[in-house]
Amino acid sequence: MVKEENESPNRPDNTAFTQQRLPAWQPMLSAGIVIPGFVLIGLAFIGIGVALLITSRNIQVLELDYTGTEQNSPCFQCSDPDQQDCVCTLQFSINSLFEGPVFFYYGLSNYFQNYRRYGVSRDDGQLYGDLSYFKEPYDQCEPYRFDRNKRPIVPCGSVANCIAVYTFRLFQIVNGQQKEVPLDGKGIAWWTDYNIKFRNPTVTPLRNAFNSTAKPLFWPRPAYELDPSDPANNGFINQDFLVWMRRAALPDFRKLYRRITEGDYANGLPAGNYSLEIAYNYPVLSFSGRKMVVFSNVSWMGGKNEFLGIAYLVIGTLCVVMSVVMLIVYAKFKFPEED
Amino acid sequence: MTEAAEVESVLFHGIFLSRQSSLVSNTTAVEDKLQDGVPQTIEQLAKADIKIWVLTGDKQETAENIGYSCNMLREEMKDVFTVSANTAEGVKEELQTETVQDDKVDGEYALVINGHSLAFALEKGLELELLRTACMCQTVICCRVTPLQKAQVVELVKKYKQAVTLAIGDGANDVSMIKAAHIGVGISGQEGMQAVLSSDFSFAQFRYLQRLLLVHGRWSYLRMCKFLQYFFYKNFTFTFVHVWYGFFCGFSAQTVYDQWFVSMYNVVYTVLPVLGMSLFDQDVNDRWSFQHPQLYSPGPLNIYFNKKSMACCMIHSCYSSLVVFFIPWAAMHDTVADDGKDIADYQSFAFVVQTCLLLVVNIQLCLDTNYWTAVNQSFMWGSLILYFATTFAMHSNEMFSIFTSVFPFIGTARNSLSQPNVWLTIFLTCLLCGLPVLAFRFIVIQLRPTVNDKVRYKVRKEGLPGPVPCHPPARRVSTRRSSYAFSHAQGYGELVTSRRFLLKRPVKSCNNDTKEPQLYRIISKDSEHQPQKH
Repeated sequence: MVKEENESPNRPDNTAFTQQRLPAWQPMLSAGIVIPGFVLIGLAFIGIGVALLITSRNIQVLELDYTGTEQNSPCFQCSDPDQQDCVCTLQFSINSLFEGPVFFYYGLSNYFQNYRRYGVSRDDGQLYGDLSYFKEPYDQCEPYRFDRNKRPIVPCGSVANCIAVYTFRLFQIVNGQQKEVPLDGKGIAWWTDYNIKFRNPTVTPLRNAFNSTAKPLFWPRPAYELDPSDPANNGFINQDFLVWMRRAALPDFRKLYRRITEGDYANGLPAGNYSLEIAYNYPVLSFSGRKMVVFSNVSWMGGKNEFLGIAYLVIGTLCVVMSVVMLIVYAKFKFPEED
Repeated sequence: MTEAAEVESVLFHGIFLSRQSSLVSNTTAVEDKLQDGVPQTIEQLAKADIKIWVLTGDKQETAENIGYSCNMLREEMKDVFTVSANTAEGVKEELQTETVQDDKVDGEYALVINGHSLAFALEKGLELELLRTACMCQTVICCRVTPLQKAQVVELVKKYKQAVTLAIGDGANDVSMIKAAHIGVGISGQEGMQAVLSSDFSFAQFRYLQRLLLVHGRWSYLRMCKFLQYFFYKNFTFTFVHVWYGFFCGFSAQTVYDQWFVSMYNVVYTVLPVLGMSLFDQDVNDRWSFQHPQLYSPGPLNIYFNKKSMACCMIHSCYSSLVVFFIPWAAMHDTVADDGKDIADYQSFAFVVQTCLLLVVNIQLCLDTNYWTAVNQSFMWGSLILYFATTFAMHSNEMFSIFTSVFPFIGTARNSLSQPNVWLTIFLTCLLCGLPVLAFRFIVIQLRPTVNDKVRYKVRKEGLPGPVPCHPPARRVSTRRSSYAFSHAQGYGELVTSRRFLLKRPVKSCNNDTKEPQLYRIISKDSEHQPQKH
């Protein structure tokens, strides 16, 4: 068998790519990189963890549960589902200045907005103002698609149907008198939601677009009457509606209701006694849910959440410990160079 | 005239004339030389724990000489057993008693078995006995084997030993063996293309087998195992996250990721990096592979992908999925954006979890890849850039206004990634998944280094590429054996007494009335062009 050097058509190319000789970086786990790397990462994590923890500790949060399950709670009578238009009042006090801007959230627990069948039951076309969907809502909206009289429901679906419409009024007790705290409801939803995702149909007046449609079953008023006083907050671009339609990821959630930034309360809520008037019209006891209000201020890392700070600290410490362990293992068991 | 008689006559003529002190004008002989590099190849393959059996149609002496010349049979072997009985009982006795016993494998043995005996040994009753004996020997040489017996031997090994068989041959008589083995290799060349046409691999020289097995076979096994393990990890992690989310969404089969991500995960985002790893990965380059045939051993022992490694993979992906889900869960739980707005909504949560998952899975690929070519780098970074580009495109205003219900995630990517705590969450998740793997691998390399680790360490110290392989000539302890199998079975006594050596006049044709057949042909000028019949 003679090896010939002539140009045989079957001879493969002798390039680096075809002969698998491409230049390459071949990293190896060497002690000189891994151990100092772990130490550096550990120290960095500890630093970040401390910063996060300090920031989180400085955030003030006040949670008030008003479900009314206990006999002596203020909203006990209202928790009865047969009660309609019940109003209950919650009294609380703040010890020190609650720094502003203060954000006022309502929270629900054991409420599965992330349930799949519930979550797909909405019509984004309707909410974008497309009138063709006003006549033929999306199939997934069943059974909240047409009402008993075969009229299309606008907005259709269970997400919109189960909207929690809240009315809270906050009063500070000053010298025995109730002084109302002004609540600001502008810009509580995402900018993209308000400006792009949800659009009112371009029909003036707005109510004409809703001719021969029906309002969702559980709604007290139709969509074009959500805020008749302010056309920029009416119809589908109502801020409370937008906040509700942005469905939560987890069964315990809180949604922004109002901001406290105006008047005497621009710097926050001063220490003192407060009373909160709640129009309780969203029964939750049937599914063991709970209702609460939350006052919070925010920082660069968002709301109060100690988890990230603690996690970073713990992981940073573990990294440093691991690097020590690896150093011991390397020093004792460094494998000898044999063939 | 028979072949054997012709050979005898040529030999005798040479010897006769030499004995008569006359000048031998020329002697012709048929030489079947071994190819270049055959002994070295066999030696290297033996170092790689590959058992080599020779199945040949040649005579026993020829086969034995070839065995000695390729270093398969060595002088320092303890014993070379020969099984050449002509009856079933004789074969049985020879296999059971005269060969090595079960517990006395002390030293190196070889087995030489004749085709005739093999016919008995391959029967139902004796085949296990044959296999047992053969597997205790370092070398097995079967001579005078018919093509059918070659296939039967291969099938015997396939059936009873959990071994992968490779058959290599060059002639038409090797075709059945090549087809019977797991891997058939044909050598193209002098004996025609029959073996090549029926084989899985073919090349021109036997020594290329070394490259086929020790370099390409080994790399292929490594790549395949890494690919499989990574693929299972990637998809298990993806799926387990849904299991954990099920506890929080009422088990309603709500996907924790965006629908588009679910569609594009395996098809667009993670396809190129894993393709790059399984095409280009190498642990050591080819020259070092030749130098250390022991690197081949993980393959036959199935070390890289077996039940245990699969269980480890599942545990690892379980852990990764717990981290990928619960870190964002805890970080996003009840928290808000830095302007007070919602950040714990389903779409933001989905985006954070899917970004964490993709980064974790890519980091694991980075830890698995040993050989970073430019192609691998571009695939890896390209995939990540593609993910962010595609996601931003799908969450953009324009796409939403064109296809409203298809891209409902508008604004999510922008909103989430502008929050520092989202970035911190992603960073924590990625490192919490990657660092334990790194630490674990480092400690395992220190405590229990494999052959692979040691060679890579050596490669790193001495730099690439490895030394050019220079094979020292094979040591020959005894000069009795050579690679020229000049073999003959019978002695000359019978030849002398048979009177066949007597010279006869050449006749032009074989006549019926001539009683004595023509023994030879004298080449002269007039007789050259005349056809001679023997």
